[in-house]
Amino acid sequence: MKAIVAVKRVIDYNVKVRVKADKSDVDLANTKMSINPFCEIAVEEAVRLKEAGTLSEIVVVSIGPKAVQEQMRYAMALGADRGIQVETEASVSSLDVARLLAKINVQEQADLFILGKQAIDSDNNQTGQMLAALLDVPQATFASEVKIAAGKAEVTREVDGGLVTLEMDLPAVITTDLRLNEPRFAALPKIMQAKRKPLEVKTVEELGVELSGSVELLGVEPPAERQAGIKVGSVDELLDKLRNEAQVL
Amino acid sequence: MKTLIIAEHEQGVIKNATLSAVTAARAIGAPIDLLVVGADVTAASQAAAQVDGVSAVYTLADAALAYPFAELIAPIAHQLAQGYSHILVGASTFGKDLAPRVAALCGVNQISDIVAVVDADTFKRPIYAGNAIATVKSSDPVKVITVRGTAFAAAAATGGAASVSPADVQLGSAKVRFVRADVTESDRPELDSAEIVVSGGRGVGSKEDFVKVFELADKLGAAVGASRAAVDSGFVPNDMQVGQTGKMVAPKLYIAVGISGAIQHIAGMKESSVIVAINKDEEAPIFNVADYGLVGDLHTILPELVSKL
Repeated sequence: MKAIVAVKRVIDYNVKVRVKADKSDVDLANTKMSINPFCEIAVEEAVRLKEAGTLSEIVVVSIGPKAVQEQMRYAMALGADRGIQVETEASVSSLDVARLLAKINVQEQADLFILGKQAIDSDNNQTGQMLAALLDVPQATFASEVKIAAGKAEVTREVDGGLVTLEMDLPAVITTDLRLNEPRFAALPKIMQAKRKPLEVKTVEELGVELSGSVELLGVEPPAERQAGIKVGSVDELLDKLRNEAQVL
Repeated sequence: MKTLIIAEHEQGVIKNATLSAVTAARAIGAPIDLLVVGADVTAASQAAAQVDGVSAVYTLADAALAYPFAELIAPIAHQLAQGYSHILVGASTFGKDLAPRVAALCGVNQISDIVAVVDADTFKRPIYAGNAIATVKSSDPVKVITVRGTAFAAAAATGGAASVSPADVQLGSAKVRFVRADVTESDRPELDSAEIVVSGGRGVGSKEDFVKVFELADKLGAAVGASRAAVDSGFVPNDMQVGQTGKMVAPKLYIAVGISGAIQHIAGMKESSVIVAINKDEEAPIFNVADYGLVGDLHTILPELVSKL
């Protein structure tokens, strides 16, 4: 059984972004880049399924400039078997990514697709659901537990009211939530081995996808900053402020 | 121009996320229709018809829709999409699960989590955990949008008089089945609509100590939230998480107890009117966004607060 895992190169989650002075976009020059944390959880889940004997092969896919190979190699160090990069300098939307993944699957015919539920840069939370729609397969978003057996996936999802468990036929798309697993650290020998794993490079044109370009970024602004308030010295003072100054009690 | 909102409902009541989407739709300015689907939609469609600002309610009732599968609802919305310039859903887990599937079937991009309507094609949305606000313009024939509830007040649930009629659509099938729900039962207000929220973090210490947070919340009639660290530590269930990847809240009063203030948490609560932070570490970043900070041991401060309220 084969899984496709998609990964995105994003700003490291510990770095606070700043808006460029001309407000055209955020400033990513010289910032630390990492694998999107939800994508890392997706890779880890696939690796655990392979270790359990459920999966036989894990294909990691990423879309972007050559630099994304760094995150693909990282995914391979965690345990992905091979990689497919769709090389492009263009900005791609979630729909573009879903269409590219669907095209890649024409050849790959994967049984399972594991993606992060959202990327921490664009915060869109779209690609997995879009891929499931394009492939006309079931989806299990925001997964916190995944069990695969007999051509079916039983997935527990984190939803607003608590947890919901669904069972679906494979192939299916799963998007990961934070508590699905804790990704392992990539050991040095694995990092070395990962450099020798196959990594195929394709282009958007080769895959026959026309990028949508229907959503234009007009500009970016910093959010309204909150001013730090005051420190109070006691519970009595706090209650007095809340009652008489803020008038919220 | 015309807007379709896919309604989220429970026990005959239209959810707040949907009522906020109605307010966003009114800012777009086109007539508003609501789509109500489920196993039994009698009460929910009547409630939908009374929402202020809604022109028409379209319904589909089928036992297969007892659980709101995106696999079934997205094709329904897709069949109706031709008559609409906008399709809106609240940015709850229901909407986040569903909207991208609708967009992909329609062959359009989706705009997630809007916080402002600039005009019918142009919207503002937070990116990078709310550390930047992007203004985006869509040229798609139908704009599929999720609406962040904290940015739009809920539309009045009464005052409307919309027509109710069955939607002219075919229901498909899906290779997915409902197994079980582990729903958190609580008499407290819902996080996304409560006027006061009390949230606890890792600093609370344990599941047992979290009772002190619940006691304060109950005294205030507040909802209870948590930081990711508190959820990961097993103090409370996942649906209480406030933050970039959890729930967004914007109550009149937010009390953060034992929460250090990671940017991911602050992203979920910084729109609150008044923020109180209680933490033993006076250097904790939560104090940078708090209107009132109290440095000290929450284990003595919380009981004192409860006794003096």
